[in-house]
Amino acid sequence: MAAAAAAAFPASSTFNHSSTTQNPSVPSLSSLSFSRKPVSSVSCPIRSLESLKLNRCARFLSAAAPSAASSTASAATTFHGLCYVVGDNIDTDQIIPAEYLTLVPSNPDEYEKLGSYALIGLPASYQSRFVEPGATKTKYSIVIGGDNFGCGSSREHAPVALGASGVAAVVAESYARIFFRNSVATGEVYPLESEGRLCEECSTGDVVTIELGEDSKLINHTTGKEYKLKPIGDAGPVIEAGGIFAYARKAGMIPSRDA
Amino acid sequence: MASSAIASRSSFLKKDGTGGFSAFRRQSPFPCSAQVSRKKVSKKIASVMAPQQSERKPSTTGAVKTGMTMTEKILARASEKTQLVPGENVWVNVDILMTHDVCGPGSIGIFKREFGENAKVWDREKVVIIPDHYIFTTDERANRNVDILRDFCTEQNIKYFYDIKDLGNFKANPDYKGVCHVALAQEGHCRPGEVLLGTDSHTCTAGAFGQFATGIGNTDAGFVLGTGKLLLKVPPTLRFVMDGEMPDYLLAKDLILQIIGEISVAGATYKAMEFVGSTVESLTMEERMTLCNMVVEAGGKNGIIPADSTTYKYLEDKTSLPYEPVLSDGDARFLSEYRFDISKLEPVVAKPHSPDNRALARECKDVKIDRVYIGSCTGGKTEDFMAAAKVFLASGKKVKVPTFLVPATQKVWMDVYSLPVPGSGGKTCSQIFEEAGCDTPASPSCGACLGGPRDTYARMNEPQVCVSTTNRNFPGRMGHKEGQIYLASPYTAAASALTGFVTDPREFLQ
Repeated sequence: MAAAAAAAFPASSTFNHSSTTQNPSVPSLSSLSFSRKPVSSVSCPIRSLESLKLNRCARFLSAAAPSAASSTASAATTFHGLCYVVGDNIDTDQIIPAEYLTLVPSNPDEYEKLGSYALIGLPASYQSRFVEPGATKTKYSIVIGGDNFGCGSSREHAPVALGASGVAAVVAESYARIFFRNSVATGEVYPLESEGRLCEECSTGDVVTIELGEDSKLINHTTGKEYKLKPIGDAGPVIEAGGIFAYARKAGMIPSRDA
Repeated sequence: MASSAIASRSSFLKKDGTGGFSAFRRQSPFPCSAQVSRKKVSKKIASVMAPQQSERKPSTTGAVKTGMTMTEKILARASEKTQLVPGENVWVNVDILMTHDVCGPGSIGIFKREFGENAKVWDREKVVIIPDHYIFTTDERANRNVDILRDFCTEQNIKYFYDIKDLGNFKANPDYKGVCHVALAQEGHCRPGEVLLGTDSHTCTAGAFGQFATGIGNTDAGFVLGTGKLLLKVPPTLRFVMDGEMPDYLLAKDLILQIIGEISVAGATYKAMEFVGSTVESLTMEERMTLCNMVVEAGGKNGIIPADSTTYKYLEDKTSLPYEPVLSDGDARFLSEYRFDISKLEPVVAKPHSPDNRALARECKDVKIDRVYIGSCTGGKTEDFMAAAKVFLASGKKVKVPTFLVPATQKVWMDVYSLPVPGSGGKTCSQIFEEAGCDTPASPSCGACLGGPRDTYARMNEPQVCVSTTNRNFPGRMGHKEGQIYLASPYTAAASALTGFVTDPREFLQ
């Protein structure tokens, strides 16, 4: 299935030399970043992960307009970074175990702390830690999973912990309902659906790029393969805006707080 | 998804060689396998697709109303529409919003951030706040979270806040209830035909009352707090028809574990699960709550059972508010229909580490266990403790492993200490538990069902094997990541406590 998807998407000319594992065109880890930029302005500086996270925190602190308000119909969203690969039925207890639920996501400092515990509930069979001990951020900005990602409890702490740790997008075969909804409502992470079993095609540490647009895709630079992603649909602009409240204000569905 | 499950089912019923079929019987001990015996090949179908209704042309339908399921009807009424079909997104008026100490502070934080520091909730009588998760702990942040709830309820003059201040003695807190889903029912907040949303995935429990009930996140709850509305997608309905007399060694927990094992942990994702049939009609309200409680373990959006005389009787002394029950229309459309002959079922468990990892209890008789836990919204109700006491009473023996009892609410705790167990000569559950050597029933709360802070009573701090009446057995759910949890009915849990192995309760009940 996944192989078929890969065959259907031959590596583009931009990336076809990336089948070599050491690809000089891939940005170094120190500059890992993802951008939410209009395709028309490729030259504009890529906003760093750090600044986006600050923007996210700003939502807690002020009535500042959402940073992503510039998006238009032609806007494309791109994420680039290392991926962390998990299996099927990753439940919310593995994403953020219950003992950390005393942290209140709407408090900025506790939000940061939740990020440091993201995916700490994974069994010992996962050899690479998602967040290194003592760190608050992960070096993996994309999580790749199998079926039914985020099943279990309704804790919003789960997408928040992933977002707070620095995850931009999760790519899974399917999602549990509440996790998907919470991801969109908070705007913390893009819950993207793959067409094949990418968790068996990618390995933790692979360098990947996700391009969201008319034909969304995931490019694995380490293996040189490309995979089609299902369209995110109307949920995309909500996440782009920074969640359901920010989106509703932007769209004029609810009044601005400044009014 | 559903149709593929059905396709595989019908292929199972074909007799194509012996090997495949016997493997099916061993792995999937299901009523249909029992029916397909050599003597008599039953034509009974275990699960069928609802007949596809051909699309009628508009000219022939006119104003004819299409049948709706209970779930569709409730959402139609709540969104002030006459007709809804699955997949429609509608703004729904919420009758009750419930939150607790784990997600309440975050929801309140979002409410204040988005609606302003001085904003008021949409209706102070429709917000129900129930501290229940991390109560009897010295964890400062957990205690602070209950303080946040209290401050908010005072500020907003919330009518239904089930507070606890004296952590040393829960009985000194008359307002304190315990596990939210059981408290919601006991305090009369569950009413047929209404929409109940809660910041907890097991909010679906209330579907037992013939209402639409589902779990939501903090951000959605913050929105509801301010507006009393939420945008919901109308789910298609899977219908589970359960007929046949329920054997006296089975409980509703066995039925729902059976169903989850059948359709998998994602089998009902985004869907409503409607339970009907003579077996369901015979169930008490608490047993119906167990059935609906675990629909989320199959990914379900809501579980729902038609309200009937049992429902109305339960509600008699609990609510004075008027309610309007709804039933599915005769021509309602179901995504698929599953039929079960309950009289053929055997006690089941869900093995580690997934609620759909179903096996017969007797197939696991060699699994040595370290402890037993009876509690939670799923298995900590009065009847759950009565069921466990029945097994202990029948055996007359003592437990062989530590057995932890955590009543869901203060009312359940009172029942455990006061209601006589039938056939015991007037003994209470607590007396029977003491004679059997169980731990003393603990203060009511969610307890160790979800691990919680390190000092939570009965938390699994070692990599042990536990038989539990709770709802989830994912890695780390009850504390230790290498702990192994077997989900079971209170009967099976009590029987297992008596032997130190996973045990079919028929060993003691027959």
